[in-house]
Amino acid sequence: MAVKNKKLNLKDKYQYLTRDMAWEPTYQKKEDIYPDERFEGIKITDWSQWEDPFRLTMDAYWKYQAEKEKKLYAIFDAFAQNNGHQNISDARYVNALKLFLSGVSPLEHAAFQGYAKVGRQFSGAGARVACQMQSIDELRHSQTQQHAMSHYNKHFNGLHDAPHMHDRVWFLSVPKSFFDDARAAGPFEFLTAISFSFEYVLTNLLFVPFMSGAAYNGDMATVTFGFSAQSDEARHMTLGLEVIKFILEQHEDNVPIIQRWIDKWFWRGFRLLSLVSMMMDYMLPNKVMSWAEAWELYYEQSGGALFKDLERYGIRPPKYEEVANDAKHHLSHQLWTTFYQYSQATNFHTWIPEKEEMDWMSEKYPETFDKYYRPRYEHLAKEAAAGRRYYNNTLPQLCQVCQVPTLFTEMGEPTKLSHRQLVHEGERYHFCSEACADIFRYEPEKYIQAWLPVHQIYQGNCEGSDVAEVVQKYYHINIGEDNFEYIGSPDHQHWLSIKGVKPADKDQDAA
Amino acid sequence: MTVNALYDYKFEPKDKVENFNGMQLLYVYWPDHLKFCAPFALLVAPDMTFRALVEDIIKPATDAHPDAAKADFLEAEWQLNGEPFTPDADAGLIGQGIDHKSMLTVTTPGLTGIENVGY
Repeated sequence: MAVKNKKLNLKDKYQYLTRDMAWEPTYQKKEDIYPDERFEGIKITDWSQWEDPFRLTMDAYWKYQAEKEKKLYAIFDAFAQNNGHQNISDARYVNALKLFLSGVSPLEHAAFQGYAKVGRQFSGAGARVACQMQSIDELRHSQTQQHAMSHYNKHFNGLHDAPHMHDRVWFLSVPKSFFDDARAAGPFEFLTAISFSFEYVLTNLLFVPFMSGAAYNGDMATVTFGFSAQSDEARHMTLGLEVIKFILEQHEDNVPIIQRWIDKWFWRGFRLLSLVSMMMDYMLPNKVMSWAEAWELYYEQSGGALFKDLERYGIRPPKYEEVANDAKHHLSHQLWTTFYQYSQATNFHTWIPEKEEMDWMSEKYPETFDKYYRPRYEHLAKEAAAGRRYYNNTLPQLCQVCQVPTLFTEMGEPTKLSHRQLVHEGERYHFCSEACADIFRYEPEKYIQAWLPVHQIYQGNCEGSDVAEVVQKYYHINIGEDNFEYIGSPDHQHWLSIKGVKPADKDQDAA
Repeated sequence: MTVNALYDYKFEPKDKVENFNGMQLLYVYWPDHLKFCAPFALLVAPDMTFRALVEDIIKPATDAHPDAAKADFLEAEWQLNGEPFTPDADAGLIGQGIDHKSMLTVTTPGLTGIENVGY
């Protein structure tokens, strides 16, 4: 192509800086250059059909992101200089950040690695460039999230060692194993898992709760990160939908493979989001909306429209969707009472919801809260008042697939656990649900290797045989500072002194 | 099914009994008592008697529940891995089929948790 104008138009620029960077190999076979492209059974007949809706090129990317981040860091600086942490709604809110920083930010980093890897594995240049671009986004998000929250680390406990905790702490194996599962799959399953199921179908249930939660609770640093990431997230969502439509349009044999991946990754994502459900309903002092409302809006309505749209490709809504829909009435309450009883082993605090919060939940969960969950808190409050704040002193059974304690209940039977078990090659395995057992049955060799935190402690691989040793030495959770009940914790006392409820503690917050 | 992979995908299970230093895992589920959010995961000696399991492990584990004092676990209804099971209190666990990663379910009729809502 001869270049007439010095300044290229957008279309030409995209052509030159992406598609034209590729070439047809002459002395190596294409299969040898892209060895991971075929083994999953996905058939791509024509990569040129790949449409990149954004047509973003690297030069524009750097310029645009640099401008955004300059503004972002100016706000972080202002937040720190003005002691922005003193203006949040309540220090209980910071526990949502602890969960985010140890549970979600490391996933951004895992996504960076995942996209960098698949960005090498496709023979189509358009897909490679889109994945490489998203890879850099994810790395930036991981970094900017840590910077957004680092100010809190100077004033509150539990934020000091998030990546270390992510690799070791029992409940953080839930997000970690989710991404390890995706990254250990082939490139097309990775895209179906992360770009489509996670970034497209379920992302609003992760980012809206955390970012709106930040806005409702006066956390300017985190909400500014949210705004800054929004344009990237929009691009990721669009890529997610493009990916799935492209694969489905390429060959009809791809349809059953994609359907199975959608079933699997919808369910794995739903289990992962159970952590978000309790964050929304319990950890935000100023509440955005209930988990049930968020699920209805972002999954039942938006997801419903999406799967209607995908029907023409032969795709149906995910298997076990009805179980997830039914669970919206119970999920957050079951999760919070679980973390309440295992607060000795978490890097954040838990507490009994205040009276107004319980009334809010009665209103948001009219069928279930007063019947099943209010009695729990009334009992726990009585125990705490009598000096017996409840901690469960045994370890829980974990699901072999999602790694959440097997705490979930049967659809329509909220007092009965939906436990399943099976024997594979002479070994027994236990699951939280039929859906997780299904995932195991399809690829048992993958899940028999699961690094289940409870079993690892019992095998003696976690630097101690009692919970206190494991928590302090292996998890790096500082006992008496990071963990246990919120009321009376150092964070709570510090917050009271900031708010002048007790005489100010000069050492703690001199700035 | 087998894992679709680029190589012969074969791995050892992570939780084989030999990795537990002579001990074994046992799960115990007490339905209608969700104050304990999930079945207990316990580390037990395979030759421990059923009576010792109840006295030394299950009783301390369930102690925080007001129903625990009223429960007669030895006389309760038991299931082993989903099948009806009659424990022999003075026999060892492994001798009566309670092997590694087995799950015992114990139902205590009349005890339905705090406020009778299975908690």
